[in-house]
Amino acid sequence: MEVETTTPEHNREFADVDINNGSASGASDEEEVPAPGSVTLEHENDLFVSAMTPSEVHRRISASNLEEVLTDDGDYFIQIVISDPQKVGDGMSSYLAYKVTTKTNIPKFKRTEFSTLRRFSDFLGIHDLLVNKYLRMGRIIPPAPSKNIIGSTKVKMSPQQTEPGTPINQEWVEVRRAALERFVHRTAQHPVLRVDLDFINFLESDQELPRAVNTSALSGAGVIRLFNRVGETVNKITYKMDENDPWFDDKITEVENLDANLQKLSSALKSLVSSRRELSVLTGLVAKSAAMLSTCEEHTGLSRALSNLADVEEKIELLRSEQANSDFYILAEFIKDYLGLFGAIKCIFHERVKAFQNWQYAQMQLSKRRENRGRFELANRVDKLDQAQQEVEEWQGKVQRCQQQFDDISSEIKREMERFELSRVKDFKANIIKYIEVQMAHQQQIISYWEAFAPFAREIV
Amino acid sequence: MMDGTDESNLLNSPTKNNGGTMEISSPNPLAPTANTNGSGSATSPDSSSSAPVTPAALGENSLHVEISDALSEKEKVKFTVHTRTTLPGFTKKDNNVVRQHEEFVWLHDRIEENEDYAGYIIPPCPPRPDFDASREKLQRLGEGEGNMTKEEFKKMKSELEAEYLATFKKTVAMHEVFLRRLASHPVFRIDQHLKVFLEYDQDLCAKPRKKMAIFGGFVKSLGKTTDEILLSATVRDVNDFFENELQFLTEYHGHLREAATRTEKMTQRHKDVGYSHQKISNALTQLSTTEKGNVETFVAKAAEVFERIKNLETRVASDQDLKLGDTLRYYQRDSNAAKALLIRRLRCLAAYETANRNLEKARSKNKDVHAPLEVQEAETAQVEACEKFESMSACGKEELIGFRNRRVAAFKKSLVELSDLEIKHAKSQYDYLRQSLLALKEIA
Repeated sequence: MEVETTTPEHNREFADVDINNGSASGASDEEEVPAPGSVTLEHENDLFVSAMTPSEVHRRISASNLEEVLTDDGDYFIQIVISDPQKVGDGMSSYLAYKVTTKTNIPKFKRTEFSTLRRFSDFLGIHDLLVNKYLRMGRIIPPAPSKNIIGSTKVKMSPQQTEPGTPINQEWVEVRRAALERFVHRTAQHPVLRVDLDFINFLESDQELPRAVNTSALSGAGVIRLFNRVGETVNKITYKMDENDPWFDDKITEVENLDANLQKLSSALKSLVSSRRELSVLTGLVAKSAAMLSTCEEHTGLSRALSNLADVEEKIELLRSEQANSDFYILAEFIKDYLGLFGAIKCIFHERVKAFQNWQYAQMQLSKRRENRGRFELANRVDKLDQAQQEVEEWQGKVQRCQQQFDDISSEIKREMERFELSRVKDFKANIIKYIEVQMAHQQQIISYWEAFAPFAREIV
Repeated sequence: MMDGTDESNLLNSPTKNNGGTMEISSPNPLAPTANTNGSGSATSPDSSSSAPVTPAALGENSLHVEISDALSEKEKVKFTVHTRTTLPGFTKKDNNVVRQHEEFVWLHDRIEENEDYAGYIIPPCPPRPDFDASREKLQRLGEGEGNMTKEEFKKMKSELEAEYLATFKKTVAMHEVFLRRLASHPVFRIDQHLKVFLEYDQDLCAKPRKKMAIFGGFVKSLGKTTDEILLSATVRDVNDFFENELQFLTEYHGHLREAATRTEKMTQRHKDVGYSHQKISNALTQLSTTEKGNVETFVAKAAEVFERIKNLETRVASDQDLKLGDTLRYYQRDSNAAKALLIRRLRCLAAYETANRNLEKARSKNKDVHAPLEVQEAETAQVEACEKFESMSACGKEELIGFRNRRVAAFKKSLVELSDLEIKHAKSQYDYLRQSLLALKEIA
């Protein structure tokens, strides 16, 4: 996470609200776009402050400038690297552990540089913890990589202790490692999630974390979770809340559309990756054939050229697989992550619907109690009136709380979406640009390979 | 120039059968471009024969053949063979005939079966026009029409047409190469069958081979291969040159065949890579409609970049196919023809040895008789066989050296062209990417 200094005017614009980092070198990002939503964000600030639990964290965010909401808060940085996947134990009970190294200057952490060993289920565990804590508030929790029983079993069953043997396994481990790194990275970008105590503990603690019980796909909990999910889906489909905030109507459609389009993009990218992988293998076969032809060819010049052709094709085989990797890691996995994030967004939208339902229910109850009270008043039954009055008051409080909750989650979602949109756009641009840069390097390699080959072709007499 | 309205049949029929609703405008867009004038787009592995086509006056005893036009009609392709000649045997100096692929096969078979040509490498027969792949894709296009936007469909269609056109041009070029090699060969050019082929303005009654005939051909080729094995096992060659050549060609042919198939697979997959870029571009274009402001511009630009990469990659693939694949394929067939020559020579050698044995037998049988007829007959037969074998060997050696020179020259040419094109494409892709990068950064 690099922090670039922003243009001066940009800073000035936010200087008055910037209580956290007063320095001129304050928070910014590569994005210098004054985002379209910035205005709404500001006049909603007071609402936030009153709505949220008045923790320091929250206040900092709500009062902070736009960039903070975006990704980084000011002078703080956090870098997390996941490396050295290693197999611990044997057989089915074995697991892969990854070294998680963190560098940061966020004061909530005890040290600035530390590392610990974490296994896959720990990542799922921290994700679940974060979901339990923050989903109801309307925060977008970056989804953790999904479990893959077949792949992990293969790794578990592979003979070597430390180094998963076959290339397929290595590749699989690398895919997972990269996915975990992106997950942790995303979480660490979030100004609230990054300073969550559990998350800090996850990064900092040398101790093994308590085993997360819910993560196993085949456990009873997993099945229950599945049922819950089915129930929720049914609820999502059947319950249609009458929306009174057009912002949400628009956003929901927008998210649906983006999600659908990204699905398409994702499948197109997948087919690119697989075609390119196959192309690599086939190029290797051509290289072999050229080598065979070269040994058979009786004309020395042609034979030499053919053997050089074999060399070139061999190099290109490697290059193609590198290209496939950049297709995969820079684009395909990236888009897949975003599909996951859209899933998380749908979850918070759904949470909001649930909050709305609660509110509605409370209101219904309240009016019932009021009716009751009215009846008692008419019947002049003083003995019951007191209790009825109490109930009314009780439900009035509930309605207020539910409404508060609903308002809270609505405004929190708006802020989260703001942040998400900005980082999404930034990520997308950055990845496309990175991809093109990598492709340029690949083309340069192709040029150098064929330029080295050309003289041999010309030398044939 | 022929009217090309019939051509649309070829493109329309598969979708019609399929009940698809695809429309390909008729007259087909291929029609005006489908005629090829000789060299140009297609490779001519026989570089010696690709003299520039100019209507200038021909020299003494020259024979110039080209395929001036071709059109595809349902399953068939009709080639217009244009001949210009000053050879004495021809009645017309400038003549056009319409020939089909089967007639080319007929000509090839007539030349191959001619005993007098046993010592020559018979130019390999051009492969059967094969549009199955294009047709299949077209069908798939028809099926997939529903889930494509209009623009995507249009793009796909024009792409398929371009692909079809490329295959078509290639077919024409292969047939032309065959005729040109015959016309430039000192012996084949004065062949009677070639003359008939070039001059006779009627159908040559070269019926496409029926199933039985194909089966017969299969049996024949099976017989041929066993024959080959038997011959190479029993007949001991006196000449190292030929023995080595046979060994070499057998092995070489095998490697060429493998290399050709693999290259084809590679270029095919490379085209798939290109196609995936197109899909990505389409997805990005759609994505751009859901984005706003400068992101929309950015995504749209990215879509453009992917589409361009697709074009560039496809071009790389088709150039690889054209330069490497076609050369390999052509020499796969040519080396087979050269091998056939060596087998014929072995057969001739076997006949010579039989004649020798017969002479021996006749001599020992007629020891007591003075100069009997039998011995004399055997002697003449033996001398004839010897002469035939000797001349065939001499001729064959020259042909094989010619084959080698031709091969080396053709490979050199295509390898040089291949590397040039690879460099060119990679450079232009690099440049394009660099420009796009700047443009994208500006948007971002």
